[in-house]
Amino acid sequence: MKIIILGAGQVGTSVAESLVSEANDITVIDQEPERLSHLQDTLDLRTVAGNAASPSVLAEAGAADADLLIAVTQSDQTNLCACRIAKTLFNLPTRIARVRSTDFVQHPELLDEQNFAVDFSLCPEQIVTDYIVKLVEFPEALQVLEFAQGKVTLVAVRAFEGGPLVGHPLQEIRTHIPQVDARVAAIYRRDTPIIPEGDTIIEPGDEVFCLAATENIRRVMRELRRGDRPVKRIMIAGGGNIGFRLSRAMEERCQVKVIERDKRRAGWLARHLNDTLVLNGDATDERLLEAENIDGMDMFLALTNDDENNIMSALLAKRMGAARVLALINRRAYVDLVQAGEIDIAISPAQTSIGTLLAHVRRGDVAAVHSLRRGAAEALEIVAHGDAKSSQIVGRRVGEIKLPKGVTLAALVRTETQPEAAASGALGWVPGHRVIITHHETLVAPDDHVIVFAVSKRLVPKVEKLFQVGFGFF
Amino acid sequence: MSNAPAVLRIFGLIALIFSATMTLPLAVSWWLHDGAERVYRESLAVTLAAGALLWLATRRHTEELKVRDGFLLVVLVWMGLPAVATLPLLLYFPAMSFTDAYFETVSGLTASGATVVEGLDKLPFSINLWRAEMVWLGGMGLIVLAVAILPLLGVGGRQIFKAEAPGPMKEAKLTPRMAETAKGLWLVYGAISAACFAGYSWAGMSWNDALIHTFTTMGLGGFSSHDASFGFWNSPRIEAVAILFMTLAGMNFATHFLVLHRRSLKPYAIDPEVKGYLLVTFGSVLGVALYLWQKGTYPDLAEALRYAAFNVVSIATTTGYTNTDYNLWPMFAPLWMLFLSSFATCSGSTGGGIKMVRAFLLYKQVFRELLRAMHPAAVTPLKLGGETVPNAISFAVLAFGFMYMVSIVSLTLALSASGLDIVTAFSAAVASINNVGPGLNRVGPATTYASLSDFQTWVCTLGMLVGRLEIFTLLVVLTPAFWRK
Repeated sequence: MKIIILGAGQVGTSVAESLVSEANDITVIDQEPERLSHLQDTLDLRTVAGNAASPSVLAEAGAADADLLIAVTQSDQTNLCACRIAKTLFNLPTRIARVRSTDFVQHPELLDEQNFAVDFSLCPEQIVTDYIVKLVEFPEALQVLEFAQGKVTLVAVRAFEGGPLVGHPLQEIRTHIPQVDARVAAIYRRDTPIIPEGDTIIEPGDEVFCLAATENIRRVMRELRRGDRPVKRIMIAGGGNIGFRLSRAMEERCQVKVIERDKRRAGWLARHLNDTLVLNGDATDERLLEAENIDGMDMFLALTNDDENNIMSALLAKRMGAARVLALINRRAYVDLVQAGEIDIAISPAQTSIGTLLAHVRRGDVAAVHSLRRGAAEALEIVAHGDAKSSQIVGRRVGEIKLPKGVTLAALVRTETQPEAAASGALGWVPGHRVIITHHETLVAPDDHVIVFAVSKRLVPKVEKLFQVGFGFF
Repeated sequence: MSNAPAVLRIFGLIALIFSATMTLPLAVSWWLHDGAERVYRESLAVTLAAGALLWLATRRHTEELKVRDGFLLVVLVWMGLPAVATLPLLLYFPAMSFTDAYFETVSGLTASGATVVEGLDKLPFSINLWRAEMVWLGGMGLIVLAVAILPLLGVGGRQIFKAEAPGPMKEAKLTPRMAETAKGLWLVYGAISAACFAGYSWAGMSWNDALIHTFTTMGLGGFSSHDASFGFWNSPRIEAVAILFMTLAGMNFATHFLVLHRRSLKPYAIDPEVKGYLLVTFGSVLGVALYLWQKGTYPDLAEALRYAAFNVVSIATTTGYTNTDYNLWPMFAPLWMLFLSSFATCSGSTGGGIKMVRAFLLYKQVFRELLRAMHPAAVTPLKLGGETVPNAISFAVLAFGFMYMVSIVSLTLALSASGLDIVTAFSAAVASINNVGPGLNRVGPATTYASLSDFQTWVCTLGMLVGRLEIFTLLVVLTPAFWRK
């Protein structure tokens, strides 16, 4: 696929990194030649220096025969303008733009074909915020990811001594919580993946990926840890875009304190937040943390732009008694360095926000992609097309499908259609989706959303190939 | 003051407009032959002549008014027009002193409702109408009326408008042009008054009583044409109508304007004052009703609720109607009602007191200081209804709150020094400054202010003016710096 990426910032670079390995032709446009030369040195791609919203620069980057435009420059206006140009002048088929301003988001009609011609818009800050909100809701989880519009949830949990299932074989989960259907998709023990079987025993310290219908996920997590208490008090270091959005999302549910260093920004935050206590000061100042009861906080979130600052303030907060600490870390090397140490959760904003974008790039009908373990593993939601003749998936039982080693079909989400329900004569039936946790005997039907877990990213092309529909389908 | 002639010229014009308001009782008196026609004819002639002379003498001074001139004009209007308005009273009651007549007209124009006149039932209709009409005019504001009718005040008029408008945030304008804003406010005022008149007529008042009580309900003034006030009818239905329209008049008319203009009830929900006002008022109604019931004043809960509802709403909105002598209630209830009168009504309403918005801001200021004591690093802007209140306004509100206390204390001291008992002195001071009308004991709901000495009457008159002009407008004119060039 030929892809043009506008902007070589955090998101642009991460997108390029993830896509370059998947045999795509990538061209990156940016105004800063230095950033581009750095990118060209490390990755196998082409770069063009210039204004991303100029027709000649886009033409030079090969917009005429490109398949996908990803506009992720700093400026909303540049991104929108580039999409319009790509549509009008080059008839470029798919255009994705980063739109940060909520002003634009409130008027979706501006993005349609007649106007800015954006097929898909994303706001990385909002994606990261939503992701952190999930982590606050499930304080025991390392990652919380949703599939099929939130019907199915995948959580990563560190198993603890004292969890009812810890130290027992996996198959006992059915006797522990008989009314709940759940699936353990993978276990990482000291960073090595283990493919879970019925007799696998979970040890304390294992990172366990569980999948279940969203309403059951709390029950499942309680099997692996003693229930942590719900988060009631949080402290946020850094009142930037993410800090502000998170405070606004959480202030009605719990007590929120935000520490912001810049006086004017602190004033702005205080004016735009209702129930949040805005503090003007430095999050690495232990006297301030102490005065503001850091030891009573259920969660401390370091969300400034500065990796080092986030790490230091999170470490300090943890040392001073915050129950759980979370740090936003852009550099991948740092993420691996600190996670599982003192800092409970390290989040890479680029990795987090990239999944939604990747779903549009992947071949086949991919509805969602989530990076796991800082991009090492991946969970995908793929729509199974075709029939028993044309597809290697549809019409088969899960036990019969030849999956590459390290790939798990974890669940199906089936859209119930009217005739079937009428035939079964079910009363009180409402149209909707049914979540099916797969077992050996589960039959895959056409148009099922299949949730696939791959322990390594290298397996993803194989998974895509598996889901491709043969010629018979056409 | 180089601009004094220009101020006098506009004052002359306003006096001319004001004389026109005398034509209403004149026409009514002529129509009904109630024997007071001569009084109005003479008053009208005198006022017209005086206004015209003043205007003729200063007609060449058409300079634009400055901020200072604005204050002077407002004070002049609010002190001068009541003097003019005493004419019909002085002519009709030859025995009445100017002190009492001036008290009565100030009480009318400031929409207080305290009276020195006894035997209201026997008065000609037109005299009662004149008293009520003053309340109606003064309720919305004399300057607002002038601005709406005369385009003469120009840019400087904005300052004058601000000097009279009740409430701390005077910058809000409904329309780009001030004259349009003033017209809009009077139009809404007129429309709700019409509805009130219809309500009273439906509830069983005669048309002339309905007219008088519409005027005094909408202005939140509380003059009645009966000594027994609403006790005269003893009708829950009439009282319910009164409660409804007193409650409406206690809200910001700018909010009513938006509601009528946009044909949606949403502005009521957005207005941060409305919620507090309704909650405090009707919460107090319930509380007082339960208290009276529990104390055995009214053995029947429904009866307790009826009397509590009418009197609490009437005093909280600074109207001053009564349907029973609440002076006989256990002391807590009337004190609580007077306390409510000092802050319950909204800014931009026709009510008195410090207004709900200032009470909010004062309360939030206290809360902010507490927060700052606990979190020295906290950034704490003062917010009201989602908007940040500039520090300049919150300081002004603090100073206002302080001066309000000072006014009440000094008036109470002055009255008690002159020989009044402390309850009478305190309640008269509070009732005057809040523009409520009736106080307690000697100035209670069953009596009038007629028993006060001349000195005490003047103190109360001053209190009503201070309260209506929200202290500072009057104080500014009294500072030496104001008169320095």
